[in-house]
Amino acid sequence: MSFDWNLVLEILPALLSAFLVTVQASLLGMAVALLLGLVWALLRRSGNRLVAWSATWTIEFIRSTPLLVQVYFLFYVLPSFGLSWSPLVTGVIALGLHYSAYTAEVYRTGIDNLPKGQWEAAMALNLGRFDTYRSVVLPQAIPPMIPALGNYLVAIFKETPVLAAITVNELLQTAKLIGADSFRYLEPLTVVGILFLIASLLSARLVEKLEARFVPTE
Amino acid sequence: MFTGGLIHFHLLVLRLAPRTGGRSFGLQTEVFFFLRAFGSTHPGLEPAVTATRRVLCTGLKQLFYGVFMPPPFDLLPALLSGVVVTVQLTLGAAVVAFVAAFIAGLGRFSRSRLQRSLAKIYVDIFRGTSALVQLFWVYFGLPLLGISLDAMAAGILVLGLNVGAYGSEVVRGAIKSVPREQVEAAVALNLSERQTLWYIVLPQAVLFMIPPFGNLLIELLKGTALVSLITLSELTFRGQMLRTAMFRSGEIFGVILLLYFLLSLMITFGMRRLERRLAIGQDYGGVE
Repeated sequence: MSFDWNLVLEILPALLSAFLVTVQASLLGMAVALLLGLVWALLRRSGNRLVAWSATWTIEFIRSTPLLVQVYFLFYVLPSFGLSWSPLVTGVIALGLHYSAYTAEVYRTGIDNLPKGQWEAAMALNLGRFDTYRSVVLPQAIPPMIPALGNYLVAIFKETPVLAAITVNELLQTAKLIGADSFRYLEPLTVVGILFLIASLLSARLVEKLEARFVPTE
Repeated sequence: MFTGGLIHFHLLVLRLAPRTGGRSFGLQTEVFFFLRAFGSTHPGLEPAVTATRRVLCTGLKQLFYGVFMPPPFDLLPALLSGVVVTVQLTLGAAVVAFVAAFIAGLGRFSRSRLQRSLAKIYVDIFRGTSALVQLFWVYFGLPLLGISLDAMAAGILVLGLNVGAYGSEVVRGAIKSVPREQVEAAVALNLSERQTLWYIVLPQAVLFMIPPFGNLLIELLKGTALVSLITLSELTFRGQMLRTAMFRSGEIFGVILLLYFLLSLMITFGMRRLERRLAIGQDYGGVE
């Protein structure tokens, strides 16, 4: 059997609309990861030893276990706590939770890289902890982090096919359904691969541009 | 739990009767067989004693599980064989990844333009698409072109090549981070290109590679869970099967997460030891 180009044209519209679901899941997942990652990073810097220690190990745990198993855990266990979310919402939460462990590290290094004088100046101005973070630390620490965070957005985008395991109709799931229907997996999977490749290469270019814009060169 | 084990044991002993040829024994005889199970045997009693011995073993096993494996841990025996497959998959893919990372990483420095662009294309394709899509493509797509791999082979190949693509960037970065003067000194000493690579550049570059390789190995371990979706019966797959059989999802996936965590802690500590081993006798050229 060889590659069937007519089939490619036939399935392209369905795959393109699934592509939108993939993009949607990645963006929402990234939003969760950005918020939750900041929470982890701040908890880690907490003055309370126990809080900081628990945050460190929670991050370590989330980061060193597979996303797929975390997705299953949330998908099958949350309903027994009365939280019956749709597969997409569960998937977005799982993606966000998983990558919050990575973004937490980005936030941490970003905050650590800020010169000590900034903290001292904030203290000299009698700013509270909240005001120090809000008006002094984060506005300076976040812009240099943007490229690294952009890389994680691309990583999340590439991990969304995992959500096919809980029947989210993203790219891979749609390709699987087409394959099961037509007994041809090669064409839908190839198109999915190419769509991912194009999107990743374009976004890699974008991240490079962000780097030029936001990361100060010595 | 202890009484649970004993009750279970007693039930098993009572079930002895049909196994010993339909004859039923009184409790006294049961105890007799029980005691004889470890001692010498009379030829006529042979079947009853072996049966008792077997029952005794099962009973002790039950007792052991009852005492040492309270609920979530009673799942462990069923899951551990999945861990073995996961470890095999990780090790196999790690070998492929290591080789691919060095070939592609060194290929990026090649003088031949063809080799350079081949290495770049390989890295872009495997880093630019999703590991799961690659896995599906090889397992479900390639057979249509006449190439069929079983789930284990597909998993090792795809995960290996995927992680190898990321690893090649590590190799490239580490080689670049070796100070230029080192290569210049090697040229001054009239070392050949191959000697420079093997004796000057790589021994220094390898140290830079260890921590990122450790992280990639953990990413690889996490990636092996994906192979469950192309029906390889590794840890995650066992979990799904147990879930449909037992309806204890929380415990099952909780234990599985812990097992993966333990495996990655082992990788972390192993890599740290390796780094310390390799650092012995290395001079950082005053840079540290």
